[in-house]
Amino acid sequence: MKILVTCKRVPNPEHKLKIAGGQLDLSAAAWQLNTFDEYAVETALRLTEKGKGGERSGEVVAVSIGPKDVGQQLRGVLAMGADRAILVGGPGTEDAALDAIAVARVLASVVGREKPDLVVLGKQTVDGDSNQVGQMLAGLLGWPQATFLASIRLGADGKSATVTREVDAGVEEKRVRLPAVVTVDLRIIGKKAVRNEALAGADAEWDETQRYASLKGIMAAKKKEIKDVTLAELGLDGASAAAAMKVKSYEAPPVRKAGAKVASVEELVAKLHNEAKVI
Amino acid sequence: MPAVVVLCEADGKGIRSASLPALAAAGELAKQVRGDVVAIVIGQGIGPAAADAAKHAARVLAYDDAKLAAPLAETWAPQLADAVKRAGAAALLGTATSTGKDILPRAAALLGVGMVSDVTAVLGPNRFRRPAYAGNAIEEVEVSGAVVVASVRQTAFAVENVAVSAVDALGAELVGLKATVSARPDLGEAKVVVSGGRGMKAGENFKVLEELTDLLGGALGASRAACDAGMVPNDLQVGQTGKVVAPQLYIAVAISGAIQHLAGMKGSKVIVAINKDAEAPIFQVADYGLVDTWEKAVPALIAAVKKLKASG
Repeated sequence: MKILVTCKRVPNPEHKLKIAGGQLDLSAAAWQLNTFDEYAVETALRLTEKGKGGERSGEVVAVSIGPKDVGQQLRGVLAMGADRAILVGGPGTEDAALDAIAVARVLASVVGREKPDLVVLGKQTVDGDSNQVGQMLAGLLGWPQATFLASIRLGADGKSATVTREVDAGVEEKRVRLPAVVTVDLRIIGKKAVRNEALAGADAEWDETQRYASLKGIMAAKKKEIKDVTLAELGLDGASAAAAMKVKSYEAPPVRKAGAKVASVEELVAKLHNEAKVI
Repeated sequence: MPAVVVLCEADGKGIRSASLPALAAAGELAKQVRGDVVAIVIGQGIGPAAADAAKHAARVLAYDDAKLAAPLAETWAPQLADAVKRAGAAALLGTATSTGKDILPRAAALLGVGMVSDVTAVLGPNRFRRPAYAGNAIEEVEVSGAVVVASVRQTAFAVENVAVSAVDALGAELVGLKATVSARPDLGEAKVVVSGGRGMKAGENFKVLEELTDLLGGALGASRAACDAGMVPNDLQVGQTGKVVAPQLYIAVAISGAIQHLAGMKGSKVIVAINKDAEAPIFQVADYGLVDTWEKAVPALIAAVKKLKASG
């Protein structure tokens, strides 16, 4: 089982965004791996773990697009346990030059070279919030897709996956043939949410959180490969991997002004009834 | 005349009310491109939905086929692409529901174009406003390409039945759906939402919030922290990574007000925050804040609302 997992760095979502003159200033951003991508890495690793006798089987390849600095986040993913990484960099890979369809085209080219059985992505990045890349990648490849996963079970024959997805109406169960593209939601890190039936028994379970890099993992990661690739090497150029959507300007959202504190439940109900007229 | 094609989701009786915002946005976009709104309904036995859609569109394309009964991206996205070509469409829109989010980007890829998610305003034929960074930045974006694809944040018209072209699920099948059974209104459509946070401590404590919710005829929500802690199912989650709600009244109980939660509810008309920590960030967006524990405040609130209703 070869699994390709996508990783994007995002500015720390807890920090205040700097917006001035219609532009977003990320010069002082503290970068970190997108949380949903961290969950995707955790998912990919679990799908290669807990074989008989505890052995691992399969390969997890992490891929990212962006400047050299992204190597830092990829090194972290290797320290979590991924086997190797690919960093697509160089001209045309700057954040501003890319949108979801451009990223999907780059990933489709990587998939063409790596030929994974499964591609695992986070359902969205918490900067752009677009929630498009996995679906577009599946469309470009002509592969089945399963988005917003709460759980995934790979069949013992390694040919299909049964998943549960979080949809508006509840939880949907879907089966897809491999190779396929999946995107993960928050529930995927549940204790028993992920299992490769070819490896792990029904009783296999993991910690209810994504793993952090151990010291051993960090040491091992130093010896693992991060392969630098350019768009040209992927058979793409600035035109074939160009963004369709361009952000013309940014503005801060209108500030909601804080109201008043009320002293009691009675006062609250009176105000909701007489002043706001909502109850 | 250039068309704006809109994915209208069917719910058995007609089109889902969640599809109406997309139709409204399509109306605006149609004005920009001097074109017509064309509704597309996909599924099996979608006659009622197609008739319903006709009230909102100049034309309806109904893809009615047993093989399209389940909303699989693999089978539905090609129909959307087909509709765009058939209608000679300048744009393809849908609401950012779980179905829209799953299918529209795939359709964009099949059409070889990009996409804009969560549109909140139509500024021009290919210019839109949308939130990003958990709603902390509002982007003005421009999208290029032969067709504009976008998702939208929440009659004498002839229904045209369309011959369904090749359908191939690529080996994908829908195994089943465990629908959330609830007598309450849908979170995204409720006029009142009562949400609990990590401070509720345990799932069984949500019972008191349910009582308040039902008394107000609202929907129950939760913060990501409460969902992550397993207190309530994730489909109750309000926030950047969950549902975006904008009810008349939002009551946040024992929710601190993380950025990601605020992104999902700060469009509410009136926000009430109940939290024992007077410094909690939720108070910065609340119209009415009550510093108290939920254990004391919520039962008192239930009693007070009952009293109000009895007198009213």
